[in-house]
Amino acid sequence: MVDAIRLRDDDVHEEPAVSLESFLDQSNATAVRIEAGEDARQLLPYLDRLSLIEVSFPVFGDGRGYSSAQILRESGYTGELRASGDVLVDQVAYMRRCGFDAFAPDSPINPKHMEEALSRYEHVYQATSDQRTPIWELRHG
Amino acid sequence: MYQYDQYDQKMVDTRVEEFRDQVKRRLAGDLTEDQFKPLRLMNGLYLQLHAYMLRVAIPYGTLNGKQMRMLGHIARKYDRDYGHFTTRQNIQYNWIKLEEAPDLLAELASVEMHAIQTSGNCIRNISSDQFAGATADEIADPRPWAELLRQWSSFHPEFSYLPRKFKFAVIASDTDRAAMRLHDIGIQLVHNDAGELGAKFFVGGGMGRTPMIAPEIRDFVPADELISYAEACLRVYNRYGRRDNKYKARIKILVHELGAEEYTRQVEEEFAHMKELGLNPPVEELARITEFFADPAYDEQASDELDLSDPDFALWVDQNVSAHKQSGYAIATISLKPRGGIPGDASSAQIDLMADLAEQYSFDELRVTHSQNIVLPYVKKSDLYALWQKLDEAGLAPANLDLITDSIACPGLDYCSLANARSIPLAQKISERFSDLGRQRELGELKLKISGCINACGHHHAGHIGILGVDRKGTENYQLLLGGSGAEDASLAKITGPGFTEDGVIDAIETVTDLYLAQREKGERFIDTYRRVGMEKFKEAIYG
Repeated sequence: MVDAIRLRDDDVHEEPAVSLESFLDQSNATAVRIEAGEDARQLLPYLDRLSLIEVSFPVFGDGRGYSSAQILRESGYTGELRASGDVLVDQVAYMRRCGFDAFAPDSPINPKHMEEALSRYEHVYQATSDQRTPIWELRHG
Repeated sequence: MYQYDQYDQKMVDTRVEEFRDQVKRRLAGDLTEDQFKPLRLMNGLYLQLHAYMLRVAIPYGTLNGKQMRMLGHIARKYDRDYGHFTTRQNIQYNWIKLEEAPDLLAELASVEMHAIQTSGNCIRNISSDQFAGATADEIADPRPWAELLRQWSSFHPEFSYLPRKFKFAVIASDTDRAAMRLHDIGIQLVHNDAGELGAKFFVGGGMGRTPMIAPEIRDFVPADELISYAEACLRVYNRYGRRDNKYKARIKILVHELGAEEYTRQVEEEFAHMKELGLNPPVEELARITEFFADPAYDEQASDELDLSDPDFALWVDQNVSAHKQSGYAIATISLKPRGGIPGDASSAQIDLMADLAEQYSFDELRVTHSQNIVLPYVKKSDLYALWQKLDEAGLAPANLDLITDSIACPGLDYCSLANARSIPLAQKISERFSDLGRQRELGELKLKISGCINACGHHHAGHIGILGVDRKGTENYQLLLGGSGAEDASLAKITGPGFTEDGVIDAIETVTDLYLAQREKGERFIDTYRRVGMEKFKEAIYG
């Protein structure tokens, strides 16, 4: 595990993330990790006191984490949302669009490649939780 | 038809550059094949038995002459001088070199084409009715809705790593020419009681190992909520679709395991949340797209009279020409099923010719059908004879639309790394055995569909007669199925019994067609007689 790449300005949250099960058991944790297949909606009542949610990608092709991230952001979560696991440079742009603002890849990502990946597409076709303006809004601005 | 604006063009151009970079990293060894695979798949590039295969998207099967000519150019320059039109209304090239793929995609982008999401576990090319905009039996042109879905689904960040591939079809007629209910999501445009146009959703259909006809899950989604409803359908699938077994990962399995009612309940719950998120495009966007699909400038004086004194032409008109909504015009289907040919294959010269003919006779528009033929949708009746003569000279005028030799076949073991048996040589042999056009016409409408493995790319479940190639102790063996349909009377074909050799299955087809001729009542098609008489009679005839 390498250090997380963070795209936010606040301080790194020091408390280690607990599993969803322990989080739901002990009500004072402020960082939680959800595995692929766990239901992000279980966290919705607690978003106000969470500072870090880590979403696991066991393999890059398992896309459940994208929906987990969207659900959390759509419900107003503003803390750090970290994609962790098999996170590759070729997926970070889509992760960013779904609301991830930190990445903890199993293998290091070249920061230059990351920057290129995140800035490559000037426009987007659809609305997501990143609030970018879709092309169809620009057309009828 | 739709034309890109600067935004669409930029998206496609950017994708070409991104892929060029990925190929460079792969060739330099910076990406492993495992890491590269999903990236090339998102650009339609498969590694097949002998070479890379590239699948080019033809959104809802519609293209113009310039685009068609580009497909011919690509066949000449990057392949072995031919292309293969597919059941997804796309075209595939079978002999592509990886290092040339970025240049090829750049050439495609120059005519507003791409290979984005033609493979991979993402939302694939949206299919539609090949007669859209030209047929009298539709309530609207479905293609603007398909185009809106194309844009929404392109580069969709949440739905690009789904459990499995995901296919949409959009139609707007009670006559289903697109096998709509055999898609992951099938949409039929309908009017509600207030006369507004909206979408009826069918979810969870598909072929493959476990064929299913999609149940209806909502009778009316308003136009301005189409996208958020589709988002809700996909989100439920992305979260709960199985990922432990790729053969159980399609949405049809989820809908089947949950039950259509429970799946619908979850979609409605998600939809209630999502419709508040501002995901839908401005209503002006569908209106903007719809303008591109306005009727061409018809000659209002065009005559319906047709000189049928040339008997071969008369046969072609009777078989391959369909009624048009505009008087004086017709829809002409070019059959890519010549005697002994490979279903869906066309040479670069034939592709060029079809491009020319579209420009000359069909307001510069062509369609690809899921039955692997080409349609010229707007032909003046007075031009039909000249058109037919030119097609005939180029071997493009088989008068066999919807007849037994108009078969669908997957690439099979000749190309495909998944196949268990060859499909193409079998299709060719059947085409030879039944080559007599009089005999074919006597048999009437008969949809024959051949798959070389249980993944069912040749749609054998939806064939009036289906053939499934399997591997039986190291030799190719063919199972015969009867009674399927991909049309509005959708049904799934059933296996007759033990399989056959290649020649044996052709004999069995003759047996069942002979039985049909003996048993049919007036006006019955093969499928009608089969449904009335039942499988047992056919089994007896085959296995005695």
